[in-house]
Amino acid sequence: MDIHWAALGGVFGVSLGITLLTVVLFSLGVAAQPRDDGAGHGGARSHGAHRTATATAVLCFCACLAVAVYGLTLIIGG
Amino acid sequence: MGTVSFLLVVVVLTALAFDFTNGFHDTANSMATSIATGALRPRVAVALAGALNLAGAFLSTAVAKTISGGIVDDAKVSLVMIFAGLVGALLWNLLTWLAGLPSSSSHALFGGLIGAVWVGAGGSAVQFGAVVEMILIPAVVSPLVACVVALLATYFAYVITRRTAPDQARRGFRRGQVGSASLVALAHGTNDAQKTMGVITLALISTGALAHDSAPPWWVVLISGMAIALGTYTGGWRIIRTMGKGLTDIEAPQGFAAETSATAVILASSHMGFPLSTTQVCTGSILGAGLGRRLAQVRWGVAGRIALSWLLTLPAAAAVGGAAAWTAGHGTAGVALVAAVAAAAAAGFWALSRHRPVTPDNVNELPARSAERVEQPAV
Repeated sequence: MDIHWAALGGVFGVSLGITLLTVVLFSLGVAAQPRDDGAGHGGARSHGAHRTATATAVLCFCACLAVAVYGLTLIIGG
Repeated sequence: MGTVSFLLVVVVLTALAFDFTNGFHDTANSMATSIATGALRPRVAVALAGALNLAGAFLSTAVAKTISGGIVDDAKVSLVMIFAGLVGALLWNLLTWLAGLPSSSSHALFGGLIGAVWVGAGGSAVQFGAVVEMILIPAVVSPLVACVVALLATYFAYVITRRTAPDQARRGFRRGQVGSASLVALAHGTNDAQKTMGVITLALISTGALAHDSAPPWWVVLISGMAIALGTYTGGWRIIRTMGKGLTDIEAPQGFAAETSATAVILASSHMGFPLSTTQVCTGSILGAGLGRRLAQVRWGVAGRIALSWLLTLPAAAAVGGAAAWTAGHGTAGVALVAAVAAAAAAGFWALSRHRPVTPDNVNELPARSAERVEQPAV
């Protein structure tokens, strides 16, 4: 009987790393998204903050998309 | 010659029927949590999963692997044994579907083949070392790995979004779920449709209809892809209910974490050549997502029943496969008898399922008592 501990550890390490990267980035994106209701917003300062928040969220979602596209290439490449 | 053609037709039809059950058994893998959290409406979810399974069947450039993957001695496998193995796998898939249990279709197929080859060609034709290495160890390890990964991912998702408005978080994660569920469905199509293509191709080669070492002809790819896609679209609503609602209460962040973990584990393992069961990975990651959220209730009774069905899958499919191989070994009449009994049993399972039907309309309801009864294994 031959247990491939290295392969097992590799599968665990890689999937843990990729999953945490994706989920953390996506959660940051969700958390960074500016509130839609706009309650308490107004003035130049919060307008700037709004833009920064939107940019952060978009960046996070794009990173997740990149991971998904990489996954897609793995699936298609077989 | 007459016998061979009759047998070949029966094998191809049985393989397609198995492919169909494989599809509807595994719709839950990709779509159960998306349906449970409302990320996708039930009928939209199964249509998406079906289309992606069909696409997946065509996408993969990998040649359909040998069906046995080294578990049985390919040189000793006859058409009758393939048929008997498929019958064993098919009937076990239908029984676990009736009980709403997400058992592994691959394990059922391997089990049926092991039983059929054991009876037909003797125990020496079964390579037990490969069985342990390719089935038993991954079966123990893969749900655990997926569970731990999903647990941590869920934990972080909730910690990071704890100051976010619940509405906004739910909307965001639901959108993410559409993507993560689609990847699971696509990966499933590239993996599982290949198995049936492999079975049919091997059957064609063994009768001399195709040259040795041939790739699956285009029509085999087409009908296998269509059978699994149709099965997926039909949707195994009983299993979707168990995985989406029965095992634990799933919210959108958990669903996203579970599907992302499942995709990562499946892709990492298939990339590193480590065989895993999609079903077991998905079940493990849903359990992990349940454990990763505080106050989420994990129903250990359901988890126990699922684990029991995993233990039974291989021996049960092997027993049916072996009995079918013994009967079908008695010539055309035997094959016809096995086919008739299998068809009757399948019709019986379907009739039993009508007593307490699970449909797209009630898939997200979990009536406590009737769910308990439905999920009792009928063995």
